[in-house]
Amino acid sequence: MYPAPFHYHRADSLQGAISLLSELGDSARALAGGQTLIVWMKLRFDEPQHLVDLGRIPDLSRISQEGDEVRIGALATHAEIAGSAVADLLPIVRDCGSGIADAQVRSRGTIGGALGSADPSCDWPTLLHTLDAELTCTGPEGTRTIPVSELVEDIYTTILKPAELITEIRFRRPPANSGGSYTAFKRCAPAYPTASAGVQLTLEDGDVCSDIRIALGSAGLKTVTSEEAENILRGHALTEASIDKAAEAIVAAAEPVPDQRGSEDFKRAVLRTLVKRAVDIAVRRCHGETIRGHHEYV
Amino acid sequence: MSMSEVIDKVSIQVTVNGRSYQREVEPRLLLVQLIREELGLTGTHIGCDVTYCGACTVLVDGNPVKSCTMLAVQADGQEILTVEGLEQDGELHPLQKAFSENHGLQCGYCTPGMLMSSMALLAENPDPGPDEIRKGISGNLCRCTGYNNIIKSIQAAAKEMAG
Ligand SMILES: Cc1cc2nc3c(=O)[nH]c(=O)nc-3n(C[C@H](O)[C@H](O)[C@H](O)COP(=O)(O)OP(=O)(O)OC[C@H]3O[C@@H](n4cnc5c(N)ncnc54)[C@H](O)[C@@H]3O)c2cc1C
Ligand code: FES
Ligand code: FES
Repeated sequence: MYPAPFHYHRADSLQGAISLLSELGDSARALAGGQTLIVWMKLRFDEPQHLVDLGRIPDLSRISQEGDEVRIGALATHAEIAGSAVADLLPIVRDCGSGIADAQVRSRGTIGGALGSADPSCDWPTLLHTLDAELTCTGPEGTRTIPVSELVEDIYTTILKPAELITEIRFRRPPANSGGSYTAFKRCAPAYPTASAGVQLTLEDGDVCSDIRIALGSAGLKTVTSEEAENILRGHALTEASIDKAAEAIVAAAEPVPDQRGSEDFKRAVLRTLVKRAVDIAVRRCHGETIRGHHEYV
Repeated sequence: MSMSEVIDKVSIQVTVNGRSYQREVEPRLLLVQLIREELGLTGTHIGCDVTYCGACTVLVDGNPVKSCTMLAVQADGQEILTVEGLEQDGELHPLQKAFSENHGLQCGYCTPGMLMSSMALLAENPDPGPDEIRKGISGNLCRCTGYNNIIKSIQAAAKEMAG
């Protein structure tokens, strides 16, 4: 299978990529790892006339931690992030990066592409909601910061302006006594999740949950969050009953679409279980337990 | 795009199994087609053509990739290893020997991709356990073996390579 014919442009700098994209307009797409775009082009879901390859732009894949700020370049691959010092520090990042697809897709696919595709089945956007991440975006009109929760307007559609690119993902390192967990339920490795859940929480004396973020992936047309669910748990000691109630609340906010991966009811049942499991692992990690994250295959 | 519009070809250089090749390619040429059709190295297979089966796996600068989902122009300047590059001086690679000795293949269609994924796995983790192997080759499908003999083969090769 061939994609439809297109012109190829290799950008050697960020500014170069932005100029090319604004000059070429609607008929051009930015190409990062191609693990979404090339697949779509081969299936002729998309037939851009120009591709602007970001792959050789220097310095856009740097992963660093300065003070309590973590920064990940948009071109960092899933494998690079999963193998980074940031993943050693934050197991939730390794859960996510090492669980995406298979080794081959992880060597090419990038975090910027996962965000830019605005696909609710992609794992990074869901994970980044639990860390309140911010995105540095640069376009013809300059640079701005977009909270990850505001990036996606609708399925496959971001609020990015024409020729605007995500360059960096930033978030604060969670405080001491924090733990997180990201888990997805999948049919097999080279498949998007049937459903996924991320939980990041902080415990204080007596196991009172002082802060919590919960996000669901593949659970609707966008990442699903619920203040109601978080408020049920925030400020209280966690109990089985309160966790059940919070899981119920966020699953009620989800709108899973029935498809070949399962019916709506099935997906709700999976989501409920994933939330509870993620809370359990996050709490145990708060207590210093080492738990290898893994995605579940059916 | 109208069929009559001229698409500029792009000049690329790739090193495949240690040998350098220069080619003028259409931008939409996939890496797997460059390898199979332009360079005549048909050991790399196309199974699904949609990033699923892993039969087309090659190493690009040491990383496993599905070559049906990478453009040849993206590989410009990079080092590629295909199954043909495993044998050295007429000697099979320990992985190839182990697959043969442990019945790690039946029809053999998945084998080139399995071998390349195994190469990447063992480079990262020279002594993987069965679960790590299952995860390492989870992007490669085999319709024949049921995987158990593939796992045995990779473990045997790991032992042999450790010396
Ligand atoms: C078989 C298979 C299984 C998969 N399973 C999973 C999975 O389980 N979980 C998961 O999360 N993902 C999965 N993926 C998707 C994979 O993670 C992709 O890598 C990712 O969705 C896109 O990243 P990319 O770098 O390949 O982007 P590309 O395909 O190059 O680009 C995707 C889109 O984003 C835009 N874009 C790229 N970079 C930027 C940028 N910096 N700023 C703005 N826009 C940009 C592009 O223009 C394009 O529209 C799977 C893919 C395959 C093929
Ligand atoms: S042919 Fe490339 S993954 Fe199947
Ligand atoms: S040996 Fe036949 S597909 Fe694997």
